[in-house]
Amino acid sequence: MDKVFTRPNSLRDAETHYCAGCGHGIVHRLVAEVIDEMGLRERTIGIAPVGCAVLAYDYWNFDVTEAAHGRTPAVATGIKRVLPDRLVFTYQGDGDLAAIGTAETVHAANRGEDISIIFVNNGVYGMTGGQMAPTTLLEQKTATTPTGRDLKRDGAPLKISEMLAVLDGAVYIERTSVHSPAGVNKTKKAIERSFQTQMDKKGFSMVEIISPCPTYWGLTPRESLKWIEERIFKTYPLGVIKGK
Amino acid sequence: MKRDRILMCGNEACGEGAVIAGCRFYAGYPITPQNELTAYMAKRMLELGGTFIQAESELAAINMVFGASVAGARAMTSSSSPGISLKQEGISYIAGCGLPAVIVNVMRGGPGLGNIAPSQADYFQATRGGGHGDYRTIVLAPASVQEVVELTRDAFGLADEYRMPVMVLSDGMLGQMMEPVDLVAANKAEVGKRSVEKPWALTGCKDREPNMIRSLLLKSGALEDWNNELQARYKTIEEKEVRYEALHEDESDLIIIGYGTCGRIAKSCVERARDEGLSVGMIRPITLWPFPKDIVRKAAEKAKAILVVEMSSGQMIEDVQLAIGERCKIEFYGRPGGAVPEEDVIFEKIRTLVSG
Repeated sequence: MDKVFTRPNSLRDAETHYCAGCGHGIVHRLVAEVIDEMGLRERTIGIAPVGCAVLAYDYWNFDVTEAAHGRTPAVATGIKRVLPDRLVFTYQGDGDLAAIGTAETVHAANRGEDISIIFVNNGVYGMTGGQMAPTTLLEQKTATTPTGRDLKRDGAPLKISEMLAVLDGAVYIERTSVHSPAGVNKTKKAIERSFQTQMDKKGFSMVEIISPCPTYWGLTPRESLKWIEERIFKTYPLGVIKGK
Repeated sequence: MKRDRILMCGNEACGEGAVIAGCRFYAGYPITPQNELTAYMAKRMLELGGTFIQAESELAAINMVFGASVAGARAMTSSSSPGISLKQEGISYIAGCGLPAVIVNVMRGGPGLGNIAPSQADYFQATRGGGHGDYRTIVLAPASVQEVVELTRDAFGLADEYRMPVMVLSDGMLGQMMEPVDLVAANKAEVGKRSVEKPWALTGCKDREPNMIRSLLLKSGALEDWNNELQARYKTIEEKEVRYEALHEDESDLIIIGYGTCGRIAKSCVERARDEGLSVGMIRPITLWPFPKDIVRKAAEKAKAILVVEMSSGQMIEDVQLAIGERCKIEFYGRPGGAVPEEDVIFEKIRTLVSG
Protein backbone atom coordinates (compact mmCIF):
# COMPACT_ATOMS: atom_id res chain seq x y z
CA MET A 1 0.00 0.00 0.00
CA ASP A 2 1.25 3.49 -0.80
CA LYS A 3 2.00 5.78 2.08
CA VAL A 4 -0.05 8.92 1.48
CA PHE A 5 0.53 10.82 4.70
CA THR A 6 3.67 11.12 6.79
CA ARG A 7 5.51 13.50 9.06
CA PRO A 8 7.56 16.06 7.11
CA ASN A 9 11.30 15.77 7.49
CA SER A 10 11.33 19.37 8.74
CA LEU A 11 9.21 18.39 11.73
CA ARG A 12 10.72 16.45 14.61
CA ASP A 13 9.07 13.41 16.11
CA ALA A 14 8.21 15.29 19.29
CA GLU A 15 5.16 15.80 21.44
CA THR A 16 4.26 19.50 21.54
CA HIS A 17 3.28 21.40 24.67
CA TYR A 18 0.29 23.04 22.99
CA CYS A 19 -3.21 22.86 24.47
CA ALA A 20 -6.02 20.83 22.92
CA GLY A 21 -7.50 22.67 19.96
CA CYS A 22 -4.60 25.13 19.62
CA GLY A 23 -3.66 26.16 16.09
CA HIS A 24 0.12 26.32 16.56
CA GLY A 25 0.61 22.62 15.84
CA ILE A 26 -1.13 22.95 12.49
CA VAL A 27 0.90 26.01 11.51
CA HIS A 28 4.17 24.38 12.58
CA ARG A 29 3.34 21.45 10.37
CA LEU A 30 2.37 23.61 7.40
CA VAL A 31 5.67 25.51 7.64
CA ALA A 32 7.53 22.18 7.75
CA GLU A 33 5.61 20.76 4.79
CA VAL A 34 6.27 23.81 2.64
CA ILE A 35 9.99 23.81 3.49
CA ASP A 36 10.21 20.10 2.57
CA GLU A 37 8.31 20.58 -0.66
CA MET A 38 10.47 23.53 -1.67
CA GLY A 39 13.61 21.55 -0.80
CA LEU A 40 14.85 24.26 1.54
CA ARG A 41 15.34 22.42 4.84
CA GLU A 42 19.12 22.64 4.70
CA ARG A 43 19.02 26.33 3.77
CA THR A 44 16.46 27.47 6.34
CA ILE A 45 16.91 29.52 9.49
CA GLY A 46 13.83 30.03 11.61
CA ILE A 47 13.40 32.44 14.50
CA ALA A 48 11.12 31.53 17.37
CA PRO A 49 9.42 34.33 19.30
CA VAL A 50 8.67 34.86 22.96
CA GLY A 51 5.19 33.55 23.55
CA CYS A 52 3.50 30.15 23.19
CA ALA A 53 5.70 29.25 20.21
CA VAL A 54 8.93 29.94 22.09
CA LEU A 55 9.75 26.23 22.05
CA ALA A 56 9.24 25.90 18.27
CA TYR A 57 12.92 24.98 17.95
CA ASP A 58 12.13 21.73 19.76
CA TYR A 59 9.63 20.82 17.05
CA TRP A 60 11.32 21.90 13.83
CA ASN A 61 14.11 19.92 12.30
CA PHE A 62 16.24 22.72 10.87
CA ASP A 63 18.36 25.60 12.24
CA VAL A 64 16.35 27.73 14.67
CA THR A 65 17.18 30.55 17.06
CA GLU A 66 15.06 32.52 19.48
CA ALA A 67 14.74 36.29 19.77
CA ALA A 68 13.98 38.61 22.66
CA HIS A 69 10.29 39.51 22.85
CA GLY A 70 9.33 41.49 19.75
CA ARG A 71 12.86 41.82 18.37
CA THR A 72 12.29 38.89 16.04
CA PRO A 73 12.28 40.86 12.73
CA ALA A 74 15.50 42.67 13.78
CA VAL A 75 17.19 39.31 14.41
CA ALA A 76 15.87 38.04 11.06
CA THR A 77 17.28 41.16 9.39
CA GLY A 78 20.73 40.47 10.83
CA ILE A 79 20.71 36.82 9.73
CA LYS A 80 19.35 37.52 6.26
CA ARG A 81 21.84 40.30 5.52
CA VAL A 82 24.69 37.94 6.39
CA LEU A 83 23.20 34.96 4.52
CA PRO A 84 21.13 36.47 1.69
CA ASP A 85 20.54 33.17 -0.14
CA ARG A 86 18.98 31.34 2.83
CA LEU A 87 15.32 31.13 3.74
CA VAL A 88 14.91 33.25 6.87
CA PHE A 89 11.53 33.41 8.56
CA THR A 90 10.15 34.55 11.88
CA TYR A 91 7.25 32.89 13.65
CA GLN A 92 5.47 35.40 15.86
CA GLY A 93 2.35 35.81 17.92
CA ASP A 94 0.18 38.90 18.16
CA GLY A 95 1.83 40.28 21.31
CA ASP A 96 5.32 39.75 19.94
CA LEU A 97 4.57 41.20 16.52
CA ALA A 98 1.92 43.85 17.07
CA ALA A 99 2.61 45.14 20.61
CA ILE A 100 6.15 44.97 21.93
CA GLY A 101 7.68 44.43 18.48
CA THR A 102 5.61 46.87 16.43
CA ALA A 103 8.59 49.07 15.59
CA GLU A 104 10.75 46.12 14.51
CA THR A 105 7.89 44.76 12.37
CA VAL A 106 7.10 48.07 10.68
CA HIS A 107 10.71 48.93 9.93
CA ALA A 108 11.68 45.48 8.65
CA ALA A 109 8.71 45.72 6.29
CA ASN A 110 9.57 49.29 5.33
CA ARG A 111 13.15 48.33 4.50
CA GLY A 112 11.72 45.59 2.33
CA GLU A 113 13.81 42.96 4.05
CA ASP A 114 13.73 39.67 2.14
CA ILE A 115 12.24 37.81 5.08
CA SER A 116 8.95 36.02 5.73
CA ILE A 117 6.85 36.51 8.81
CA ILE A 118 4.46 33.80 9.92
CA PHE A 119 2.14 35.77 12.17
CA VAL A 120 -0.15 33.65 14.32
CA ASN A 121 -3.05 35.79 15.50
CA ASN A 122 -5.11 34.20 18.25
CA GLY A 123 -6.12 37.42 19.97
CA VAL A 124 -4.60 36.73 23.39
CA TYR A 125 -1.31 36.34 25.25
CA GLY A 126 -1.31 32.60 25.76
CA MET A 127 2.05 31.94 27.42
CA THR A 128 1.46 34.42 30.25
CA GLY A 129 -2.13 33.46 31.02
CA GLY A 130 -4.58 34.98 28.55
CA GLN A 131 -4.11 38.71 28.85
CA MET A 132 -5.44 41.21 26.30
CA ALA A 133 -3.46 41.29 23.06
CA PRO A 134 -3.41 44.15 20.54
CA THR A 135 -5.66 41.92 18.43
CA THR A 136 -8.19 41.04 21.13
CA LEU A 137 -11.72 41.75 19.87
CA LEU A 138 -13.91 44.44 21.37
CA GLU A 139 -15.96 43.04 24.27
CA GLN A 140 -13.71 39.95 24.43
CA LYS A 141 -12.99 38.95 28.02
CA THR A 142 -9.38 38.29 28.97
CA ALA A 143 -7.37 38.20 32.20
CA THR A 144 -6.75 41.95 31.89
CA THR A 145 -10.13 42.90 30.40
CA PRO A 146 -12.40 41.09 32.88
CA THR A 147 -15.49 42.94 31.63
CA GLY A 148 -14.45 42.76 28.00
CA ARG A 149 -12.22 44.93 25.81
CA ASP A 150 -13.52 48.48 25.86
CA LEU A 151 -12.92 50.77 22.90
CA LYS A 152 -12.51 53.89 25.02
CA ARG A 153 -10.27 52.30 27.63
CA ASP A 154 -8.30 49.71 25.65
CA GLY A 155 -8.42 50.91 22.04
CA ALA A 156 -9.59 48.94 19.04
CA PRO A 157 -8.14 45.65 17.74
CA LEU A 158 -4.97 46.51 15.83
CA LYS A 159 -5.00 45.72 12.12
CA ILE A 160 -1.29 45.34 11.61
CA SER A 161 -1.56 43.61 8.22
CA GLU A 162 -3.56 46.52 6.82
CA MET A 163 -1.05 48.92 8.40
CA LEU A 164 1.90 47.17 6.78
CA ALA A 165 0.15 46.98 3.41
CA VAL A 166 0.64 50.72 2.85
CA LEU A 167 4.44 50.34 2.97
CA ASP A 168 6.31 50.08 -0.32
CA GLY A 169 8.72 47.48 1.07
CA ALA A 170 5.93 45.02 1.87
CA VAL A 171 5.12 43.13 -1.34
CA TYR A 172 2.85 40.33 -0.17
CA ILE A 173 0.54 40.20 2.84
CA GLU A 174 -2.32 37.77 3.24
CA ARG A 175 -4.64 36.88 6.09
CA THR A 176 -5.70 33.25 6.30
CA SER A 177 -7.15 30.97 8.95
CA VAL A 178 -6.65 27.41 10.16
CA HIS A 179 -10.24 27.00 11.43
CA SER A 180 -11.27 24.64 8.60
CA PRO A 181 -9.68 22.17 6.16
CA ALA A 182 -10.12 24.68 3.33
CA GLY A 183 -8.53 27.36 5.51
CA VAL A 184 -5.58 25.07 6.28
CA ASN A 185 -5.04 24.47 2.56
CA LYS A 186 -5.17 28.19 1.81
CA THR A 187 -2.79 28.89 4.66
CA LYS A 188 -0.29 26.41 3.26
CA LYS A 189 -0.47 28.05 -0.17
CA ALA A 190 0.06 31.48 1.44
CA ILE A 191 3.14 30.27 3.35
CA GLU A 192 4.52 28.85 0.13
CA ARG A 193 3.93 32.11 -1.70
CA SER A 194 5.63 34.05 1.08
CA PHE A 195 8.71 31.78 1.03
CA GLN A 196 8.84 31.94 -2.78
CA THR A 197 8.57 35.74 -2.65
CA GLN A 198 11.59 35.75 -0.37
CA MET A 199 13.65 33.32 -2.44
CA ASP A 200 12.89 35.47 -5.51
CA LYS A 201 14.28 38.45 -3.52
CA LYS A 202 11.12 40.47 -4.07
CA GLY A 203 10.92 41.92 -0.56
CA PHE A 204 9.05 41.62 2.69
CA SER A 205 6.07 39.32 3.05
CA MET A 206 3.82 38.21 5.87
CA VAL A 207 1.07 35.66 6.37
CA GLU A 208 -1.32 36.49 9.20
CA ILE A 209 -2.96 33.29 10.36
CA ILE A 210 -6.11 33.39 12.49
CA SER A 211 -5.68 30.56 14.95
CA PRO A 212 -7.82 29.20 17.80
CA CYS A 213 -6.91 29.47 21.49
CA PRO A 214 -9.71 27.54 23.24
CA THR A 215 -7.94 27.69 26.60
CA TYR A 216 -7.96 31.48 26.90
CA TRP A 217 -11.09 32.06 24.91
CA GLY A 218 -12.91 29.94 27.50
CA LEU A 219 -14.43 27.82 24.73
CA THR A 220 -14.23 24.20 23.60
CA PRO A 221 -12.09 23.52 20.51
CA ARG A 222 -15.27 23.14 18.42
CA GLU A 223 -16.82 26.36 19.77
CA SER A 224 -13.54 28.14 19.04
CA LEU A 225 -13.76 27.33 15.35
CA LYS A 226 -17.31 28.67 15.24
CA TRP A 227 -16.20 31.79 17.11
CA ILE A 228 -13.53 32.43 14.50
CA GLU A 229 -16.12 32.29 11.72
CA GLU A 230 -18.82 34.26 13.46
CA ARG A 231 -16.81 36.84 15.37
CA ILE A 232 -13.17 37.17 14.34
CA PHE A 233 -13.74 37.36 10.59
CA LYS A 234 -15.91 40.47 11.12
CA THR A 235 -12.87 42.36 12.44
CA TYR A 236 -10.22 40.41 10.56
CA PRO A 237 -11.57 39.46 7.11
CA LEU A 238 -9.54 36.89 5.17
CA GLY A 239 -7.82 37.46 1.85
CA VAL A 240 -4.80 38.90 0.12
CA ILE A 241 -4.22 42.36 1.58
CA LYS A 242 -1.15 43.29 -0.48
CA GLY A 243 0.08 41.71 -3.69
CA LYS A 244 -3.24 40.71 -5.30
CA MET B 1 59.74 58.64 3.78
CA LYS B 2 56.32 57.04 3.53
CA ARG B 3 54.13 58.04 6.38
CA ASP B 4 52.18 55.23 8.02
CA ARG B 5 50.47 57.55 10.43
CA ILE B 6 47.23 59.32 9.61
CA LEU B 7 45.12 61.71 11.64
CA MET B 8 41.84 60.25 12.87
CA CYS B 9 39.31 60.97 15.58
CA GLY B 10 38.71 58.22 18.13
CA ASN B 11 35.27 57.34 16.78
CA GLU B 12 36.56 56.84 13.23
CA ALA B 13 39.55 54.93 14.57
CA CYS B 14 37.15 52.63 16.36
CA GLY B 15 35.45 51.85 13.06
CA GLU B 16 38.78 51.14 11.40
CA GLY B 17 39.77 48.82 14.25
CA ALA B 18 36.59 46.85 13.56
CA VAL B 19 37.36 46.75 9.83
CA ILE B 20 40.87 45.45 10.53
CA ALA B 21 39.33 42.66 12.63
CA GLY B 22 37.16 41.65 9.68
CA CYS B 23 33.91 43.17 10.92
CA ARG B 24 31.56 43.48 7.95
CA PHE B 25 28.31 44.03 9.80
CA TYR B 26 27.38 47.15 11.67
CA ALA B 27 23.99 48.33 12.91
CA GLY B 28 23.56 51.54 14.85
CA TYR B 29 21.34 54.43 15.74
CA PRO B 30 22.35 58.12 15.94
CA ILE B 31 23.40 59.54 19.29
CA THR B 32 26.02 62.11 20.27
CA PRO B 33 29.00 61.86 20.88
CA GLN B 34 29.48 58.70 18.78
CA ASN B 35 28.01 59.79 15.43
CA GLU B 36 31.35 59.85 13.59
CA LEU B 37 31.58 56.11 14.15
CA THR B 38 28.18 55.42 12.61
CA ALA B 39 28.99 57.64 9.62
CA TYR B 40 32.41 56.01 9.23
CA MET B 41 30.90 52.52 9.21
CA ALA B 42 28.25 53.60 6.69
CA LYS B 43 31.05 54.63 4.34
CA ARG B 44 33.42 51.73 5.02
CA MET B 45 30.80 48.97 4.83
CA LEU B 46 29.75 50.35 1.45
CA GLU B 47 33.37 50.32 0.25
CA LEU B 48 33.98 46.80 1.54
CA GLY B 49 30.71 45.21 0.50
CA GLY B 50 29.67 44.73 4.13
CA THR B 51 26.36 45.53 5.75
CA PHE B 52 25.49 48.84 7.36
CA ILE B 53 22.03 49.35 8.78
CA GLN B 54 20.72 52.50 10.41
CA ALA B 55 18.29 50.78 12.72
CA GLU B 56 14.97 52.13 13.95
CA SER B 57 16.18 51.99 17.55
CA GLU B 58 19.01 50.83 19.77
CA LEU B 59 16.91 47.77 20.55
CA ALA B 60 16.69 46.88 16.89
CA ALA B 61 20.40 47.60 16.31
CA ILE B 62 21.64 45.26 19.03
CA ASN B 63 19.22 42.58 17.87
CA MET B 64 20.42 42.91 14.29
CA VAL B 65 23.89 42.33 15.67
CA PHE B 66 22.48 39.32 17.53
CA GLY B 67 21.15 37.97 14.23
CA ALA B 68 24.39 38.62 12.34
CA SER B 69 26.30 36.86 15.09
CA VAL B 70 23.88 33.91 15.00
CA ALA B 71 24.73 33.64 11.30
CA GLY B 72 28.46 33.59 12.11
CA ALA B 73 29.50 37.13 11.18
CA ARG B 74 31.74 39.48 13.12
CA ALA B 75 29.28 42.18 14.05
CA MET B 76 29.36 45.46 15.96
CA THR B 77 27.06 48.15 17.24
CA SER B 78 27.88 51.39 19.01
CA SER B 79 26.14 54.04 21.01
CA SER B 80 26.53 56.41 23.91
CA SER B 81 25.25 56.00 27.45
CA PRO B 82 21.43 56.41 27.10
CA GLY B 83 21.50 54.22 24.00
CA ILE B 84 23.62 51.62 25.76
CA SER B 85 20.94 51.35 28.44
CA LEU B 86 18.51 50.40 25.67
CA LYS B 87 20.94 47.82 24.31
CA GLN B 88 21.22 46.05 27.64
CA GLU B 89 18.30 43.76 26.84
CA GLY B 90 20.07 42.51 23.74
CA ILE B 91 23.45 42.26 25.48
CA SER B 92 21.90 40.00 28.10
CA TYR B 93 20.45 37.75 25.36
CA ILE B 94 23.81 37.70 23.54
CA ALA B 95 25.48 36.62 26.80
CA GLY B 96 22.69 34.13 27.48
CA CYS B 97 22.99 32.58 24.03
CA GLY B 98 26.79 32.45 24.18
CA LEU B 99 27.23 34.65 21.12
CA PRO B 100 30.17 36.88 20.22
CA ALA B 101 29.46 40.57 19.62
CA VAL B 102 31.25 43.89 20.02
CA ILE B 103 29.49 46.86 21.59
CA VAL B 104 31.08 50.31 21.77
CA ASN B 105 30.00 52.81 24.40
CA VAL B 106 31.27 56.35 23.85
CA MET B 107 30.22 57.50 27.31
CA ARG B 108 28.51 60.81 28.00
CA GLY B 109 27.21 62.45 31.16
CA GLY B 110 24.20 60.98 32.96
CA PRO B 111 21.90 59.94 34.52
CA GLY B 112 18.95 60.26 32.16
CA LEU B 113 19.61 62.29 29.06
CA GLY B 114 22.44 63.95 31.00
CA ASN B 115 24.62 65.88 28.60
CA ILE B 116 26.92 65.16 25.69
CA ALA B 117 30.21 65.78 27.51
CA PRO B 118 32.80 63.06 28.21
CA SER B 119 32.04 60.88 31.22
CA GLN B 120 32.93 57.59 32.88
CA ALA B 121 29.68 57.14 34.71
CA ASP B 122 28.78 53.82 33.04
CA TYR B 123 31.53 51.81 34.75
CA PHE B 124 29.14 49.89 36.96
CA GLN B 125 26.82 49.15 34.05
CA ALA B 126 29.69 47.97 31.85
CA THR B 127 31.60 45.86 34.36
CA ARG B 128 28.65 44.26 36.16
CA GLY B 129 26.96 42.83 33.09
CA GLY B 130 24.54 45.69 32.67
CA GLY B 131 21.38 43.81 31.81
CA HIS B 132 19.44 41.15 33.70
CA GLY B 133 21.02 37.87 34.71
CA ASP B 134 24.31 36.55 36.00
CA TYR B 135 26.78 37.42 33.27
CA ARG B 136 29.84 39.49 32.40
CA THR B 137 31.13 41.34 29.40
CA ILE B 138 34.83 41.82 28.77
CA VAL B 139 35.35 45.59 29.01
CA LEU B 140 38.25 47.25 27.17
CA ALA B 141 39.13 50.85 28.02
CA PRO B 142 41.38 52.69 25.54
CA ALA B 143 43.27 55.84 26.51
CA SER B 144 44.44 57.03 23.09
CA VAL B 145 43.18 56.98 19.54
CA GLN B 146 45.80 54.37 18.64
CA GLU B 147 44.57 52.21 21.47
CA VAL B 148 40.97 52.67 20.30
CA VAL B 149 41.97 51.02 17.01
CA GLU B 150 43.88 48.20 18.66
CA LEU B 151 41.40 47.39 21.41
CA THR B 152 38.42 47.46 19.05
CA ARG B 153 40.34 45.08 16.79
CA ASP B 154 41.15 42.79 19.72
CA ALA B 155 37.57 42.90 20.98
CA PHE B 156 36.45 40.74 18.05
CA GLY B 157 39.01 38.03 18.73
CA LEU B 158 38.10 37.94 22.41
CA ALA B 159 34.38 37.85 21.61
CA ASP B 160 34.85 34.94 19.21
CA GLU B 161 37.20 33.03 21.46
CA TYR B 162 34.98 33.21 24.53
CA ARG B 163 31.65 33.50 22.70
CA MET B 164 30.47 36.49 24.68
CA PRO B 165 29.79 40.21 24.32
CA VAL B 166 32.84 42.46 24.54
CA MET B 167 32.45 46.17 25.23
CA VAL B 168 34.84 48.90 24.17
CA LEU B 169 34.36 51.61 26.77
CA SER B 170 35.37 54.92 25.27
CA ASP B 171 34.18 58.39 26.17
CA GLY B 172 33.24 61.63 24.45
CA MET B 173 36.80 62.94 24.78
CA LEU B 174 38.45 59.91 23.16
CA GLY B 175 35.73 59.74 20.55
CA GLN B 176 36.04 63.33 19.43
CA MET B 177 39.75 64.08 19.71
CA MET B 178 42.11 63.56 16.80
CA GLU B 179 45.51 61.91 17.05
CA PRO B 180 47.94 60.31 14.61
CA VAL B 181 47.19 56.62 14.17
CA ASP B 182 49.54 53.97 12.82
CA LEU B 183 47.22 51.67 10.91
CA VAL B 184 50.11 49.60 9.56
CA ALA B 185 51.09 48.69 13.09
CA ALA B 186 47.44 48.09 14.00
CA ASN B 187 47.12 45.74 11.04
CA LYS B 188 49.78 43.40 12.37
CA ALA B 189 48.05 40.20 13.38
CA GLU B 190 46.94 40.14 16.96
CA VAL B 191 44.21 38.47 18.90
CA GLY B 192 41.59 40.49 17.01
CA LYS B 193 42.47 39.06 13.63
CA ARG B 194 42.63 35.47 14.78
CA SER B 195 39.93 33.58 12.94
CA VAL B 196 37.80 31.19 14.89
CA GLU B 197 35.73 28.31 13.51
CA LYS B 198 32.02 28.66 14.26
CA PRO B 199 30.44 25.25 13.92
CA TRP B 200 27.62 26.45 16.16
CA ALA B 201 26.44 29.17 13.76
CA LEU B 202 23.07 28.93 12.03
CA THR B 203 23.80 28.71 8.33
CA GLY B 204 21.30 26.02 7.28
CA CYS B 205 21.77 22.39 8.39
CA LYS B 206 23.44 21.08 5.23
CA ASP B 207 25.57 18.00 6.05
CA ARG B 208 25.03 18.34 9.79
CA GLU B 209 22.38 18.13 12.49
CA PRO B 210 20.33 21.32 12.97
CA ASN B 211 21.85 23.94 15.25
CA MET B 212 19.86 25.75 17.88
CA ILE B 213 20.73 29.02 19.61
CA ARG B 214 18.60 30.12 22.52
CA SER B 215 18.76 31.37 26.08
CA LEU B 216 15.54 29.79 27.39
CA LEU B 217 16.48 26.71 29.42
CA LEU B 218 13.42 25.39 31.19
CA LYS B 219 14.56 21.86 31.94
CA SER B 220 15.28 21.41 35.63
CA GLY B 221 18.94 22.22 36.33
CA ALA B 222 19.75 23.18 32.73
CA LEU B 223 20.00 26.90 33.41
CA GLU B 224 22.11 26.39 36.51
CA ASP B 225 24.48 24.17 34.50
CA TRP B 226 24.74 26.80 31.77
CA ASN B 227 25.40 29.54 34.32
CA ASN B 228 28.14 27.44 35.89
CA GLU B 229 29.67 26.96 32.45
CA LEU B 230 29.61 30.72 31.91
CA GLN B 231 31.26 31.29 35.27
CA ALA B 232 34.02 28.81 34.40
CA ARG B 233 34.60 30.75 31.17
CA TYR B 234 34.76 34.01 33.15
CA LYS B 235 37.30 32.49 35.52
CA THR B 236 39.56 31.59 32.59
CA ILE B 237 39.25 35.16 31.31
CA GLU B 238 40.18 36.53 34.74
CA GLU B 239 43.30 34.38 34.65
CA LYS B 240 44.34 35.01 31.05
CA GLU B 241 43.04 38.29 29.71
CA VAL B 242 43.90 40.98 32.26
CA ARG B 243 45.55 44.02 30.68
CA TYR B 244 46.93 47.18 32.23
CA GLU B 245 49.64 49.78 31.92
CA ALA B 246 51.79 50.41 35.00
CA LEU B 247 54.53 52.91 35.83
CA HIS B 248 56.68 52.74 39.00
CA GLU B 249 53.85 50.78 40.60
CA ASP B 250 56.22 48.62 42.70
CA GLU B 251 58.29 51.39 44.21
CA SER B 252 56.05 54.36 44.97
CA ASP B 253 54.42 55.85 48.04
CA LEU B 254 51.43 57.00 46.04
CA ILE B 255 49.75 55.12 43.19
CA ILE B 256 47.27 56.86 40.91
CA ILE B 257 44.69 54.59 39.35
CA GLY B 258 42.61 55.81 36.42
CA TYR B 259 41.39 54.35 33.14
CA GLY B 260 40.72 55.81 29.71
CA THR B 261 40.87 59.59 29.63
CA CYS B 262 41.64 59.72 33.37
CA GLY B 263 44.46 57.20 32.91
CA ARG B 264 45.97 59.51 30.36
CA ILE B 265 45.80 62.48 32.72
CA ALA B 266 47.22 60.32 35.51
CA LYS B 267 50.21 59.43 33.33
CA SER B 268 51.02 63.10 32.73
CA CYS B 269 50.80 63.71 36.47
CA VAL B 270 53.16 60.82 37.25
CA GLU B 271 55.76 62.05 34.77
CA ARG B 272 55.54 65.53 36.27
CA ALA B 273 55.71 64.25 39.85
CA ARG B 274 58.75 62.10 39.05
CA ASP B 275 60.47 65.16 37.56
CA GLU B 276 59.97 66.84 40.92
CA GLY B 277 61.35 63.80 42.74
CA LEU B 278 58.01 62.70 44.19
CA SER B 279 57.48 58.98 44.80
CA VAL B 280 54.44 58.51 42.57
CA GLY B 281 53.44 55.63 40.29
CA MET B 282 50.36 54.65 38.38
CA ILE B 283 48.24 51.76 37.20
CA ARG B 284 45.94 52.21 34.24
CA PRO B 285 43.50 49.30 33.93
CA ILE B 286 42.96 48.48 30.25
CA THR B 287 40.58 45.63 30.95
CA LEU B 288 38.01 46.98 33.43
CA TRP B 289 36.54 43.51 33.58
CA PRO B 290 38.55 41.45 34.27
CA PHE B 291 39.91 44.11 36.65
CA PRO B 292 43.69 43.99 37.16
CA LYS B 293 43.30 43.27 40.85
CA ASP B 294 46.59 41.40 41.36
CA ILE B 295 48.82 44.27 40.28
CA VAL B 296 46.71 46.73 42.26
CA ARG B 297 46.97 44.53 45.36
CA LYS B 298 50.72 44.20 44.90
CA ALA B 299 51.16 47.95 44.52
CA ALA B 300 49.14 48.52 47.69
CA GLU B 301 51.61 46.37 49.68
CA LYS B 302 54.26 49.01 49.16
CA ALA B 303 52.27 52.21 48.73
CA LYS B 304 51.05 54.42 51.55
CA ALA B 305 48.04 55.56 49.57
CA ILE B 306 46.17 55.04 46.33
CA LEU B 307 44.49 57.90 44.50
CA VAL B 308 41.61 56.86 42.25
CA VAL B 309 40.66 59.37 39.56
CA GLU B 310 37.42 59.01 37.62
CA MET B 311 34.98 61.07 35.60
CA SER B 312 32.21 59.97 37.91
CA SER B 313 31.37 60.13 41.59
CA GLY B 314 33.41 56.98 42.18
CA GLN B 315 32.64 53.61 40.63
CA MET B 316 35.95 51.89 39.80
CA ILE B 317 37.02 52.80 43.34
CA GLU B 318 34.88 49.87 44.51
CA ASP B 319 36.98 47.44 42.49
CA VAL B 320 40.15 49.00 43.92
CA GLN B 321 38.71 48.59 47.41
CA LEU B 322 37.83 44.96 46.71
CA ALA B 323 41.36 44.34 45.40
CA ILE B 324 43.34 45.88 48.26
CA GLY B 325 41.18 45.42 51.33
CA GLU B 326 42.80 47.34 54.21
CA ARG B 327 46.33 47.31 52.77
CA CYS B 328 46.53 51.09 52.31
CA LYS B 329 44.25 54.07 52.34
CA ILE B 330 42.29 55.11 49.26
CA GLU B 331 41.80 58.70 48.18
CA PHE B 332 39.41 59.72 45.45
CA TYR B 333 39.15 62.54 43.00
CA GLY B 334 36.19 62.51 40.63
CA ARG B 335 34.25 64.87 38.42
CA PRO B 336 30.69 63.74 37.68
CA GLY B 337 28.20 65.16 35.21
CA GLY B 338 30.41 65.33 32.16
CA ALA B 339 33.27 67.31 33.70
CA VAL B 340 36.90 66.40 32.95
CA PRO B 341 39.52 66.51 35.75
CA GLU B 342 42.29 69.06 35.25
CA GLU B 343 45.88 67.90 35.40
CA ASP B 344 46.90 70.82 37.64
CA VAL B 345 44.21 70.03 40.18
CA ILE B 346 45.19 66.35 40.33
CA PHE B 347 48.83 67.30 40.56
CA GLU B 348 48.20 69.55 43.55
CA LYS B 349 46.30 66.72 45.18
CA ILE B 350 49.27 64.40 44.57
CA ARG B 351 51.68 66.90 46.10
CA THR B 352 49.51 67.26 49.19
CA LEU B 353 49.13 63.50 49.59
CA VAL B 354 52.82 62.71 49.15
CA SER B 355 54.10 65.45 51.41
CA GLY B 356 51.23 65.04 53.89
